[in-house]
Amino acid sequence: MDLLTETWDYLSARENWVGDGGLLDLLWQQLLLTGTAMLLAVLLGLPLALWLGHLGRGGFAAINISGVGRAVPTFALLAILVAADWPGSATFGPYGRAGLATLIALTLFALPPIITNAYVAVTEVPAEVKESARGMGMSGAQRFWRAELPLAMPLVVAGIRLALVQVWATATIAALVAGPGLGRVITDGFYRNDYAQGLAGAVVIAVVALCLEIAAGWVQRTAYRGAHLEAPT
Amino acid sequence: MTLLGAGVPAAAAEPSCYSRLRNEWVCLDYLTDRREEIVEATGQHLAITLAAVVLGLALAVPIALLARRVPRLEAGVLGVTTGIYTIPSLALFPLLLPFTGLSATTVVIGLALYALTILVRAILDGLRAVPADVRESATGLGYSESRRLLRVELPLALPVIMAGLRVATVSTVALTTVGALVSYGGLGNLLVTGVAESFRAQILTASVLCVVLAVALDGVLVLAQRALTPWTRG
Repeated sequence: MDLLTETWDYLSARENWVGDGGLLDLLWQQLLLTGTAMLLAVLLGLPLALWLGHLGRGGFAAINISGVGRAVPTFALLAILVAADWPGSATFGPYGRAGLATLIALTLFALPPIITNAYVAVTEVPAEVKESARGMGMSGAQRFWRAELPLAMPLVVAGIRLALVQVWATATIAALVAGPGLGRVITDGFYRNDYAQGLAGAVVIAVVALCLEIAAGWVQRTAYRGAHLEAPT
Repeated sequence: MTLLGAGVPAAAAEPSCYSRLRNEWVCLDYLTDRREEIVEATGQHLAITLAAVVLGLALAVPIALLARRVPRLEAGVLGVTTGIYTIPSLALFPLLLPFTGLSATTVVIGLALYALTILVRAILDGLRAVPADVRESATGLGYSESRRLLRVELPLALPVIMAGLRVATVSTVALTTVGALVSYGGLGNLLVTGVAESFRAQILTASVLCVVLAVALDGVLVLAQRALTPWTRG
């Protein structure tokens, strides 16, 4: 097939990888966006969700936020942020054009799986475990750190893993609003009817996505072993 | 003066709320003036979403049943579908391009693959949750394997399967917008031109309609589930 040969040619040409706006440049940019957004979402969402789970309050909001996150298209939120006066499409440091808008969208879409999973993880720690901890005279903070959190850890990590898949996908879609990241290789290719380039970009994005997922799966299995639980398939 | 609304163009007096000068987010004039375009995009969105979910379901049922019957296949099936789910939609459509070209088929197949992942897992989870004694009683009553599946296991698994179908449908409505890459994105097409022209009324209208569509389809599925599982009420 002709298209596949051309795609291979694009991927094997060194000049497409190095230099300004090359594949490696954009890959680094997208990894930076993904890493920053994940860090922000974990710092913002995790303490809140774990605390609510510990108190057993706010369950309705913590669980339904995932439904809201699914119903709002990532593309729509990116479009609204880019067309607004703030954050708009201004360049934002190493994050590139529309960098701030993209970071905000990525963080917002990383929050729902992190919050829902962390909340459910803590509330589903068996009641007898919580009561035993209380009976042993542990304070609220001790119960949380010594009993609830270690048992909740696997599900918390599963939520972070889900968020990572979501953030990588959204970072790719940022290209639809002329934003930063590897998705631009795809959109540029399609706008110029250079489908080989589009396909090449898609291959790189898909391969990195699978690598991230495999790495996250490995971390998750480690978390399960830490909690002495059987990991699900 | 009574004929004012009919004959005199309002734009002459004041620029409309969706003109470049005002560019307001909420603009009813936009809705009336571009009605046809909006209805068409919504129709395309709905058609692509429904086709993808139906195709996904049609593929998920046999795959899940096969994976259940041959336990060695199950891990492989779940691995492959999870792998597909990991690939961003914007990258999945180009990957399908060599096979289906620039067509609505590319979008429908891509979205069906995502729906499939959610549905296969939901069907397997739902069937696994059927109590073993119920299954044994059915066999004891002389049910053949296929009849037991249709009459006993699937009805009992339905709540879990419907929950998966709701998640798959709502996600598909949102993901359909990305089909704009190959010009079949329904409301996503309006988002693309909206972003290119910084056209706020169009962006917000398309975004709101996406969410409305997702909520409406979810509501239809909730009603369908109530009708299909009358024993869960009360």
